[in-house]
Amino acid sequence: MSDTTAIPCSEAVRQLWDYLDHAISPNDQEKVEKHLSFCRSCCGELEFAKEMRVILATSTAEEIPPHVRERLERFVEGL
Amino acid sequence: MHAGSLIDLTEAGVRDRTKEAFQELVLAELPALYSLARRLVRDGAEDLVQEALLQAFKAFATLKEDAAAGRWLKTILVNVFRDQLRKRSRTVDERPMGDLDDFSLYRTLVDEDPFPYSDTLHADFLQGFDSEDLREVIIRLPDIYRVPLVLRYMYGFATKEIARLVDAPLGTILARLHRGRRLFEREMWTYAQEAGLLAKES
Repeated sequence: MSDTTAIPCSEAVRQLWDYLDHAISPNDQEKVEKHLSFCRSCCGELEFAKEMRVILATSTAEEIPPHVRERLERFVEGL
Repeated sequence: MHAGSLIDLTEAGVRDRTKEAFQELVLAELPALYSLARRLVRDGAEDLVQEALLQAFKAFATLKEDAAAGRWLKTILVNVFRDQLRKRSRTVDERPMGDLDDFSLYRTLVDEDPFPYSDTLHADFLQGFDSEDLREVIIRLPDIYRVPLVLRYMYGFATKEIARLVDAPLGTILARLHRGRRLFEREMWTYAQEAGLLAKES
């Protein structure tokens, strides 16, 4: 039988990113979900964490400056 | 059936490991490699990419599938970066959590309310950061926190893979990710204030 003791906000927030990664045990996953079911503030933290992950994942698509690209292409050709 | 085998190999995306095949494969990956390098080092991203390309060319025969070239090249680049860090023999800059464990950017935004007329305070805050702002924030973090954060949340590496790449136990990587996230959030808040990303007082 799993231990579904309530956890405080500090503990829920500490585990949010790992919760989103499914990197915590099913038991801890359940505890976080239970906490989120009644805590509006932590639901806000959860949404914020999700948005943060999206901007991190999408922030790497950038154009390579033409002069850098040109030098790197020349380097590759010279290998 | 020799012909069948050849067709199968082609369908699996395996081409000759020639210099021309290497060039064709890596040219498409240059922007992604340069972008990753710029998130690992403040200066010298181009040198880091060149060294990675050199190592990749030497190891080209070990690439099993062309489709895996992007991840393969990134892994080589991270290895080169790790070796460069080791040569500099810098001491590991582990930070005690201290009051960092209590820091929440979400709550700080609620408390400080930098956009008093906004109904979407948190989204407005995040939208103020473009990719260069985020790069500046991440590059300010100590290497031991920055590298796992960049690999995990910008490039989708699994935590086990990161542990193997930086030669650290999985538990250490998880702890560094935890601290790194808090440091990153605190640095975002500091940077937003410095760079004028918050609404001006009326």
